[in-house]
Amino acid sequence: MKKVELIDISKSYDKQSNVISNINVTIEPGEFFVLVGPSGCGKSTMLRMIAGLEEITDGVLKIGEKEVNDLPPSKRDLSMVFQNYALYPHLTVKENIQFGLHVKKIPKKDRMIRTSDVAEMLGLTDYLKRKPRELSGGQRQRVALARAIVNEAPICLMDEPLSNLDAKLRAHMRSEIRQIQRRLGITMIYVTHDQIEAMTMGDRIMILHEGSIQQIGNPIDVYNNPANPFVATFIGSPPMNITSGVGDKESNAIRLNDSISIPVPFEDERYLMEKIIVGIRPEHIKAATKESKEAEKILVEVVNVEILGNETVFSFLMGEGSWQVKWSGQWQIEVGDKIPLIMNYESFCFFDSEKKEIIKKPSDVENHVFGKEVFV
Amino acid sequence: MMVSQTKAKKSVWKRSLDARTALLYLLPSILLFSVFVFYPMFRTIYLSFFLTDQNGNAALFVGLENYTYLLESVAFRNSIKATFLFVLYTVPTGIIIALILALLANEKLKGIGFFRTIYSSTMGISVAASSVIWLFLFHPSIGMFNKLLNIFNLPQVEWLLDPTWALLSVSLSTIWLNTGFSFLILLGGLQNIDEHLYESARIDGASYWYRLRRITIPMLSPTLFFIVTISLINAFQTFGQIDILTKGGPSQSTNLIVYSIYKEAFVNYQFGTASAQAVFLFICILIVTILQFKLGERKVHYQ
Repeated sequence: MKKVELIDISKSYDKQSNVISNINVTIEPGEFFVLVGPSGCGKSTMLRMIAGLEEITDGVLKIGEKEVNDLPPSKRDLSMVFQNYALYPHLTVKENIQFGLHVKKIPKKDRMIRTSDVAEMLGLTDYLKRKPRELSGGQRQRVALARAIVNEAPICLMDEPLSNLDAKLRAHMRSEIRQIQRRLGITMIYVTHDQIEAMTMGDRIMILHEGSIQQIGNPIDVYNNPANPFVATFIGSPPMNITSGVGDKESNAIRLNDSISIPVPFEDERYLMEKIIVGIRPEHIKAATKESKEAEKILVEVVNVEILGNETVFSFLMGEGSWQVKWSGQWQIEVGDKIPLIMNYESFCFFDSEKKEIIKKPSDVENHVFGKEVFV
Repeated sequence: MMVSQTKAKKSVWKRSLDARTALLYLLPSILLFSVFVFYPMFRTIYLSFFLTDQNGNAALFVGLENYTYLLESVAFRNSIKATFLFVLYTVPTGIIIALILALLANEKLKGIGFFRTIYSSTMGISVAASSVIWLFLFHPSIGMFNKLLNIFNLPQVEWLLDPTWALLSVSLSTIWLNTGFSFLILLGGLQNIDEHLYESARIDGASYWYRLRRITIPMLSPTLFFIVTISLINAFQTFGQIDILTKGGPSQSTNLIVYSIYKEAFVNYQFGTASAQAVFLFICILIVTILQFKLGERKVHYQ
């Protein structure tokens, strides 16, 4: 189990503009590290640079304690799973799994043992004699996984391995990959564009946008305290509601639109800026109850409703876009209804509109954090 | 009774609707094929059982006599031997050269488009035009090949006039001529192979030759199979370069079957025996192709 260290890594194809710039991160041994970002953000390029399939334009890449910038992929002691699995169509499942062992000239007996071990772990024993085209998508995915772990490399790279699977299988493979990683203790670097995969699988996640790091941290921290509006809207489903507001010093409030404004307590006066970006998670917008003060109620008109089992998501117009509200339960809400809402000042995030940095973290997340003490 | 009969008739008419629609769509190619392929083919088979007059009309039915005459003829056996030798010289060499060029041109290098154009350019040259150029290259006194040999003080070769060299010389020009087409098809096949397979193999540490043997060749096998079949058939049917370079000579050493058919029919006006030769050639190509499909296709991996 080795660590992977990226020091000031940059990548440029035309020697003028960087597609990836100044990446500094250390991936700890045995960690499940997820690179997540929208398509075109450079996450795959970064993975391929770690694998040695792309050249590193600038910076130092260390695996273990050794600098590997100039080593070919085979000398970096890692395995990789590709998005389209890259299975050899003319070889059987068994030959596919053994391909790397063959290349490394591992004795036949060892090869057989390791293949059957891995096949058993992934439930492929019955399919060893088949060709990839005779397998379903999920089975092919498993073969690709088997091929990566049979090499017993300390580092495993995965490039969107689940994006070709249907939703149900994807959810299943998520936990399966996580379990295998835990069992083998390998260092996993996992690329995805799917924030749900990132949230559910990663020990730590790194959010990339336009080739630069937006935030690194464990998923819950990133969710609770997004570093900037991009992260706030990228992580979480539905995304954080964001709009720009105007600080009004006379009424001590931030105006979001003509009818809605957030009162700011006296000690937070510094947030009453000319321009500020305001965000709130959909689940932090509450329904007004009988006890709510009349002044705090915000009346909005529903423009869309989605009921997902025991979860209700509806949206209302705010500024140029729409905001979403997520409540648990099956709420009987119709499009066009006027609904009174409560938004607590503590639940809001504020972002600097110039630097796009978070300046006020939401402090009202206590209702979503449970310790082990709650169990009897 | 009457009613039920008309009903049955109607339903047959209706049931054949799909077949009739299909036939309508097939009609243009059926017409073209009939005029240019099927009629000449059956006419050839028919004529091969006859002796003909000078206009190529059947004159006297002789049964299989044309065939027995052919099999006993030394000239024809010589022509079969020359044809098989020619196929042996041109097909494997041509495909291997085209494969090597395609592998080279498949690398991602700057300006590779230029080389791809150059390597496939022989496709754009007609057999006749290139044969005339080769005629000059092979010329015993002013030809470039002999001049080159002269520089290195090697003995001169009578490229097209020496019976031991003539077939090789014709093969050489044919290989050059066919390389462009084979190259283009093989390059297309190579570019169809998923790049990720190679990347995956590189991570495993497979060397270039290992990748070539275990990935490229198997993945290319459908294309290779196609190009081998096409090249074999082409080689059996070679005519143009023979006509221009050697006219079947010297001493019949380059008298390939198709050229022999041409001479028999349009020089000697023996349409009967010429037709018999054509049928023989047809059977040869058919057998070789069937054999190839039976034996070769087992090693082909279709995706």
